Amino acid sequence: MTVRKYLVLAGVTVFAAAGDSMLSHGMKQTGNISIHHLSSVLLALLNPWVAVGVLLLLAFFASYMNALSWADLTYVLPATSLGYVLLAFVAKFVLHEQVTPMRWLGIALISGGVGFVAGGPALTSHEHGELESPSSRTERGKDGATCVLSGEAER
Amino acid sequence: MKFAYTWGAIVAVALASVVGDVLLARAMKQVGDVHELWKRSGLWSVIARILTNATFFAGVAAMAAAFFSLLFALSWGDVSLVGPAAASLTFIGNAFAAKIFLHEKVDRRRWIAAVLVAGGVALLAG
Repeated sequence: MTVRKYLVLAGVTVFAAAGDSMLSHGMKQTGNISIHHLSSVLLALLNPWVAVGVLLLLAFFASYMNALSWADLTYVLPATSLGYVLLAFVAKFVLHEQVTPMRWLGIALISGGVGFVAGGPALTSHEHGELESPSSRTERGKDGATCVLSGEAER
Repeated sequence: MKFAYTWGAIVAVALASVVGDVLLARAMKQVGDVHELWKRSGLWSVIARILTNATFFAGVAAMAAAFFSLLFALSWGDVSLVGPAAASLTFIGNAFAAKIFLHEKVDRRRWIAAVLVAGGVALLAG
């Protein structure tokens, strides 16, 4: 894992949380939209909060796709669930909402889950993953033919 | 009856999300490491490679289906039930689907993470 990859994971987390909050704030200003008045959806986009929220969610999607190109799905999803924790802190310290003990327990569970997955490898499904660093590859290279055979078997 | 409709829609949201996540993850593995691709042949080639991948669009379509199912679920049930329930089911469903369809090594560490996160998300509704 490089600093750049951690930044991508942080991007997935922060963009999703910030985008959702802004969208939610903006949609409360614009009011209800219904299937019968689809034009109201376009009007909602004129609200600056909604517009910025949509841009942030696009940024989330780009970083999510980026992360999935080099890490497992079962790594990216728990690792970026810290966004829920972030939202709770925003609710408590920015919006001054009450966060119940039950929610703090939920936050603790999510943080625990993130800790569990972060300690393991990011990529397991691919042959050229993080598991196989260049140094370990040269070490195995000493075995010559056996190494190639075992490499094929892994696939 | 409303109870059945709400949970039906919640399960539909989770199923569509799992299908979408798995398809998108598979598409991005086919595209390859975006950082290396970008360094080697530039940003436009990365974008072109993603936009010519059929699996990517199938994933986006599944995500759109998940979004519309969510709108239906929200019209029948409360957001405090629908949001966390759908998210929790998606976490658990993804762990199974990633193991079966993406051949990820979902070891004990990752199972515990998926269950803890799913449980935590469910508690956030409380």
